[in-house]
Amino acid sequence: MPTAPRFLPAGESALVVEFGAAIDPALNDEVHAFDRALAQAAIPGIIEAVPTYRSLMIHFDPRQLATDDLIAQLRRLTIAPETLAPAKHWLIPACYEPPHDEDLAEVAAALNLAPERIVALHTAATYRIYMFGFAPGYVFLGGLPAELAISRRPKPRPPVPQGALLIAGGQALIANRPMPTGWYNLGATPALLFDPQRTPPVSVDLGDRISFEPVDGATFASLRQAAAAGEPVIRQKA
Amino acid sequence: MAHLRVLRAGPGATIQDGGRFGYRRYGLTPAGPMDWVAFRTANLALGNAADAAVIEVGPGGIELIVEAEAPVSLAFCGGGFTWLRGGQLVGAAARLSLAPGEILSAQPGVAGIFTYLAVAGGLRTPVELGSRATYTRAAIGGLNGGLLRAGDLLPFEAPAAAAADDAMIVAPWLRPDLDAPLRVVLGPQDDYFDPAARDLLFSAPFRVAAGDRMAYRLDGPPIAHSRGYNIVSDGVALGAIQIAGDKKPLILMADHPPTGGYPKLGHVARADIGRLAQLRPGRACYFVEVSAETAREALQGLENEVATTTNFCRALRRQVALDGVAAPDRTTWSAAGNRHPR
Repeated sequence: MPTAPRFLPAGESALVVEFGAAIDPALNDEVHAFDRALAQAAIPGIIEAVPTYRSLMIHFDPRQLATDDLIAQLRRLTIAPETLAPAKHWLIPACYEPPHDEDLAEVAAALNLAPERIVALHTAATYRIYMFGFAPGYVFLGGLPAELAISRRPKPRPPVPQGALLIAGGQALIANRPMPTGWYNLGATPALLFDPQRTPPVSVDLGDRISFEPVDGATFASLRQAAAAGEPVIRQKA
Repeated sequence: MAHLRVLRAGPGATIQDGGRFGYRRYGLTPAGPMDWVAFRTANLALGNAADAAVIEVGPGGIELIVEAEAPVSLAFCGGGFTWLRGGQLVGAAARLSLAPGEILSAQPGVAGIFTYLAVAGGLRTPVELGSRATYTRAAIGGLNGGLLRAGDLLPFEAPAAAAADDAMIVAPWLRPDLDAPLRVVLGPQDDYFDPAARDLLFSAPFRVAAGDRMAYRLDGPPIAHSRGYNIVSDGVALGAIQIAGDKKPLILMADHPPTGGYPKLGHVARADIGRLAQLRPGRACYFVEVSAETAREALQGLENEVATTTNFCRALRRQVALDGVAAPDRTTWSAAGNRHPR
């Protein structure tokens, strides 16, 4: 049963269409359905929309659209039932060895779990791609085991390396660019999922499934070389 | 093809155009100018499209030489910088025709962080993902995605004839009151704060602690969350006032991430973003609440004013130029006073 979304202004040039506050596949499907309906409606003045876990942010030109007019037009949108292509399931290599495991010991201490247990939990899960965001090609995942729930840092830490596998706030993500972050870094994938020369620039889709396959440091190094040469290092599960 | 060659660039100089749109859903920031008011004014003074690619000069200043077959038209303004043509002061905001081999340089004045240098016709650096704007954190746009450096060659298509007369740009919006309160639209996560915490934003003084193109961090009384500071990541817009676990406002600027997981108490109105961008660390700032509609009207009003830029271009003769410059700058017009403004 679709929920009536909340419309929340984010300044005079953006509007949040919020379907809920949770990480939930049904909610995320509603976001994607609304996103597609919005694209089809082609409302003049809309610049772009950004689907997230549980809301859609609409950026618009306030010269052409006022917030209230936009909300009125959105209320009239017809949302088609979800017609997603079958989700792909990607196997993504991941290394949890030094120097890639930057915050593993810190997380182990905070959660009172052995580092090996944390790696086992992180690799056993099947994740769903809920959104991209924050930085180019950052892939946000749901499906993190509850045992790995950890609050965000009170203040961001220095930049993580490219491909870092981060957790915080009950979410997991793949960081495809070095960025300061409030999350914790458990390991890294050699895969390079964002390429500005590609259209679209990200090689996995919203709604796809992901799991991580542990590799050692030497394998990480050779796969990273392959990825930099443009070879695919992620593969679809048979 | 005419060129500007960078002879010296301090930290913070980048190529920017109106921004890179359509890629926020893939995690890519729009980038674009920190102070859109000054950015557009520089372009419009030359008759360019308002969003043409320019040089955004940061606090480190810049020095350039014209490499061309014929004179070229340039315009600069914003941030109260001191501009020199061949070492001679030419003020903070002007449109000039420069001959091949002439040297133009800029250094910060007594206030302000960003100034803009536009060329007639706009810079013709490579387009990446639909824009020339530089996003240094992802090494996208500009020249190889980076800050400008000595030796860089910046191409542009100079019109056959130099555009217009040399002129001072005396637009009042280039000298905003930096102490006026910044207008803020509440939300979307204002319900993560008690009314008392919300009121604090609009009653207490804050101070810019640090900043870069991504965000400005403010110091001030702690703004406490009523329901924690973890939210499930959602969209982020320019000007978002994010309150993280340290209870300090972090205002997201031109290179803001498109999504984030800290509660956003409100958004600085687009009309005031350029003014905020020019506030140096240590500078006080204040906030006042407005509705989205009031913020929209303020933005339209300012955009309409900026569109009249050519009405504020006064032919450059020494006495005319001085008439157009407000008193605080006149005191810094001696060469000695300007060489070391700080």
